[in-house]
Amino acid sequence: MTRILILFAHPALEKSRVHRRLVRVAQEMPGVTFNDLYEAYPTFDIDVRREQALLAEHDLIVLQHPLYWYSTPALLKQWQDLVLEHGWAYGSQGHALRGKRLLIILSAGGRAEAYQPGAFNRFTIREFLAPIEQTAYLCGMAYLPPLIFHGAHRMTLDDIGQAAGHYRHVLEALRDDALDPAALGAWQTLNDALNIMPMIGKSTQAVTQ
Amino acid sequence: MSGDFLFQAFVYLTAAVIAVPIAARLGLGSVLGYLIAGVVIGPFGLGLLGEGGEDIMHFAEFGVVMMLFLVGLELEPALLWRLRGPILGLGGLQVVVTTAVAATVAYLLGLPWQQALAVGMILALSSTAIVLQSLAERGQLKSAGGQASFAVLLFQDIAVIPMLAIFPLLAGTVATAPGDAHGADAHAATTLVSGLPPWAQTLAVLAAVAAIILGGRFLLRPVFRAIAATRLRELFVATALLLVIGIALLMNQVGLSAALGTFLAGVVLANSEYRHELESDIEPFKGLLLGLFFLAVGASINFALILAQPLLILGLVIGVVVLKFTILLALAKVFRLGTDQALLLAFALPQVGEFAFVLFAFGVQEQVFDGSVADPLVAVVAISMALTPLLMIFFERVIRPRVGTKETAAQEPDAIDERNPVIIAGFGGFGSTVGRLLRANGVGVTVLDNDADRVDALRRFGLQVYYGDASRYDLLIAAGAQEAKLLVLALDTPERTLDLVHTAHKHFPHLQILARAFDWQDAHDLLDAGVPYVYRETLDTSLRLGTDALRLLGFRAYQAQRAAQTFLRYDEESVRTLTGQRGDRTVYLLAARQRIADLEHILQADLTGIDLARDDGWDAEPLRADFARVVEKTD
Repeated sequence: MTRILILFAHPALEKSRVHRRLVRVAQEMPGVTFNDLYEAYPTFDIDVRREQALLAEHDLIVLQHPLYWYSTPALLKQWQDLVLEHGWAYGSQGHALRGKRLLIILSAGGRAEAYQPGAFNRFTIREFLAPIEQTAYLCGMAYLPPLIFHGAHRMTLDDIGQAAGHYRHVLEALRDDALDPAALGAWQTLNDALNIMPMIGKSTQAVTQ
Repeated sequence: MSGDFLFQAFVYLTAAVIAVPIAARLGLGSVLGYLIAGVVIGPFGLGLLGEGGEDIMHFAEFGVVMMLFLVGLELEPALLWRLRGPILGLGGLQVVVTTAVAATVAYLLGLPWQQALAVGMILALSSTAIVLQSLAERGQLKSAGGQASFAVLLFQDIAVIPMLAIFPLLAGTVATAPGDAHGADAHAATTLVSGLPPWAQTLAVLAAVAAIILGGRFLLRPVFRAIAATRLRELFVATALLLVIGIALLMNQVGLSAALGTFLAGVVLANSEYRHELESDIEPFKGLLLGLFFLAVGASINFALILAQPLLILGLVIGVVVLKFTILLALAKVFRLGTDQALLLAFALPQVGEFAFVLFAFGVQEQVFDGSVADPLVAVVAISMALTPLLMIFFERVIRPRVGTKETAAQEPDAIDERNPVIIAGFGGFGSTVGRLLRANGVGVTVLDNDADRVDALRRFGLQVYYGDASRYDLLIAAGAQEAKLLVLALDTPERTLDLVHTAHKHFPHLQILARAFDWQDAHDLLDAGVPYVYRETLDTSLRLGTDALRLLGFRAYQAQRAAQTFLRYDEESVRTLTGQRGDRTVYLLAARQRIADLEHILQADLTGIDLARDDGWDAEPLRADFARVVEKTD
């Protein structure tokens, strides 16, 4: 049994269709702690000790957020800056996160084929997430391939329902240790590893294959 | 009698009101103005004074007593302790060396040694009144030279006491029959304790000093608090005067100098929260009495005597001044003062002081010497005092610019007391929160408040809180408004706030003002008055309540927070815009109607104006539409 902590960062959840649905799933799931950062710290005044205590109590840390300008929303960056202290999260004395796992679950407006060398966004999402991957490495955490919901702007209600199903499936499998993290490491994204196609349109299939 | 008194007062005040501004305009300083005015109205000028000249002088000496009280208030005990070296060393040596040299010269000039010694002691003294006033006017009191001057003067004040005790022992060389003591100074001769044996006298002196220290520590605060609670300003002034006069009387009764006693009381009260209020209450009386004193000195210069022996008097004046100057300069160098500060000391103190008048009279009465010795010397003393302001001007204009070291500036931070960068006027709920935040972040604040109970309570927590009406210029000066950077206005009423804004703008234009406003109307008035930093006291609180209301209704915390921030910005803009548009309407509308008009105005703007829900950067709608078009094209 893996204890899961979801660090959720969305500055305008009221405007998001996809995450509203995912959040409902996460909040109802046993064994998952859902930490809504923008709700907890609307003035960006992060309670560092509380956040560190939460991290210590969990094995798998999930960063869930929309991709804004190829990165995290501002508060999640603030959270990294303040919570991952030297001497606690990293450095010769900082071992608090060692051995834990880190997973990013994000939504992106663009379709999967737009995030390729030579395409519209020129880089893969995995490449855009390199700073967080390196952060996990520095803190001694195992970095899992990210789970990505592409084309969030064009999802139909059915698409969103399907995405929520995948989301539930991934979290439950990780919680119940039904997935071998070591085997996942070889994949670019969790979508590839699990053959998940939570994206709309015919182009999805081609990319994940 | 009363008509005579009124006429005398009229003459003195007229002389002062005419002469002092002229002297000040010419850059001569107020002391010289008073002295010249005294000469003009004196027996050798217009002869406008009656026979009361001598009495006036004694009366006016009380100004010196008050001045010492004020000096004491500025000196905290810790600082006095730090000055012990200069007081005992520099002051002691100055008195001993000057006495010895002056007495030797007098002896060589043919006086018996007893008379020579008495004269030497008298000439060693300098004028506290003239020197401190002149230094204060020039802002030199806190420089190294100013502090040295003060230390020497303080020691001289103490030295008067043993001098009065020694004089009777020096009698016996005067051949003439005992005169009828021509109404001279009863000052030191008849006191309550003079009949007692020496040990009892000493005991009485110690008891009096202890009474001042203990009374000042434990008794005066509750008394002042009770008086302040009546909120009758004149009663506070009366209490302050009563304190000074009472101590002066007590000191005289045990044979100590009244100035010394009030100085001590001042030092004891220097740490009290009523210090600024006491300063500003006593200040005008001190100023008037000192002015009167200088007038009396000017009027007492005996020109007949001077004209009878001009060369002798002139020679004596030059001799005394040069002698004292040389000794002061030498001692200052021994005590390692910088050149310009040593010269400041030497140019400030070479005159003979007001105690000389007392001591010469006492000496004649005790038959230490007779009038033939005393009278020319009294004229010398008066002239030397009149010369002091001229010497100071000479030093300022001619000598100082040629001496390189400018020690004044470097010495400043170390001087009298530490000034805080922030003054908070009003320390109720609003002001105290500001003060606590600043203090918690290591910023020193000086607090002015006129609620006596609150002041007392806050003092117990170690805050630097002073009692007084903050809109008064003198209290602001005392609180260090000239050195402060920020003035925070958190007063109870808009009227007093505006008063203080006007005072501060007029006298302390360098101060940045941050003002608490009560409502729209008040904010308009403050903005009109030129205060850029205006804070409506209920605005942020009500927005916080509104934010929580939105959250309880289901809004996301961050959305509610952003909405409140947007609203705050918009509302602040509105206040500023409407301030410009108010124009003359204020003149015609009653305040209440104005408020309603303002409210209508802003509600109207809310309805017709800007959309307060912004943050379009997170809005995907237009993106979605854009994508739809692209997809249609490519599909």
